[in-house]
Amino acid sequence: MLARSCVRQASSVGAVARQSLNRPATRAFTNSSGTAEASSVWRNAMTGGAATVLAVGSIAWYYHMFGHSVHAMTPAEEGLHPTKYPWEHVKFYKTYDAAALRRGFQVYREVCASCHSLSRIPYRTLVGTLMTVDEAKALAEENEYDTEPNDQGDIEQRPGKLSDYLPSPYKNDEAARAANNGALPPDLSLIVKARHGGCDYIFSLLTGYPEEPPAGANVQEGLNFNPYFPGTGIAMARVLYDGLVEYEDETPATTSQMAKDIVEFLNWAAEPEADERKKMGWKVLAATGVLFALSVWVKRYKWTPIKTRKLFYNPPAIAQKDIATRLSELKANTRQ
Amino acid sequence: MSGATSAIYNSIFRSNATMLGAVFVSAFGIQMAFDTGSSKVWDTVNRGRQWKDIKQKYITKPEEDEEE
Repeated sequence: MLARSCVRQASSVGAVARQSLNRPATRAFTNSSGTAEASSVWRNAMTGGAATVLAVGSIAWYYHMFGHSVHAMTPAEEGLHPTKYPWEHVKFYKTYDAAALRRGFQVYREVCASCHSLSRIPYRTLVGTLMTVDEAKALAEENEYDTEPNDQGDIEQRPGKLSDYLPSPYKNDEAARAANNGALPPDLSLIVKARHGGCDYIFSLLTGYPEEPPAGANVQEGLNFNPYFPGTGIAMARVLYDGLVEYEDETPATTSQMAKDIVEFLNWAAEPEADERKKMGWKVLAATGVLFALSVWVKRYKWTPIKTRKLFYNPPAIAQKDIATRLSELKANTRQ
Repeated sequence: MSGATSAIYNSIFRSNATMLGAVFVSAFGIQMAFDTGSSKVWDTVNRGRQWKDIKQKYITKPEEDEEE
């Protein structure tokens, strides 16, 4: 503000100088008026400046008091936001890729299942989405399940059936904690729905383990550093390494390929109805589109006589004659 | 035009029972056509992604040794 008023002053001085150069005869006069003008300019500039300083200052003070967003957690406690990936199966018009689901289930069975349960998925749901009936039956029979109590009230073991659920690696949560240093490996049935960021988060978490924690990171004993995990200290170590599993369709089992497949499989586990839901959605849109077009047509049809009518006003001929005669009567009366 | 309209009127709309029958039959037919059509479009958009597209790879092997 000060600089601006100085510039103003300088320019007004320049104007004075120019005036005095052009008209040397009236020098005294111009000089006196110039000083008066300069002082009024100075006063204006000061007023404007003070108002601006006040306005800017009050906004700055208000922002300082109330403008900052408040975070309950530090960025490290929030965890790094996962990268957005263009998932093919998430698109509105795409189904899950059955081959990817099959690979993802293989990764789950060979890698994740040693710690994580998938307790809401029965074998029967695998049939027709990523396995044949015979494969699923063979898989179910690999595990033993409790029978109903027999005549003596004893519970025996029987081979699994299609209606059985996938077995959990631990008997209960306490056993799981005891085996994992106090940390509970979460059930993966609904994990994609249960975590902010869904697919992106799980993919980032699985592939986001650095070679070693960055300098200055505080990693507790028994925990591993992962920037995407809220708090950055995660009990699960990096599990996916290139070539860990051998895919039957000979897809190269890189870390990111396995992570992508397991994420798509877990998304299917959480939302097995997604394919049917998307298809149904398109059908609903198509049917409602036709019905909407029909209703627009019906509306226009019904409104046609109202929209196209023309209104005329024909004043009754008799009434006009009446008025004319009465007017002439009035005139005749006033003349008298 | 008027011949066709009167033909339609005489064959379908004249009797209430016939018209109701026509409504139900055409609803059935249209639904069948709509479902088949939309499934076809859906499967074209998602060609190669669904289980029915790849299951042949996994079904053929077991069929050879266990035929019941």
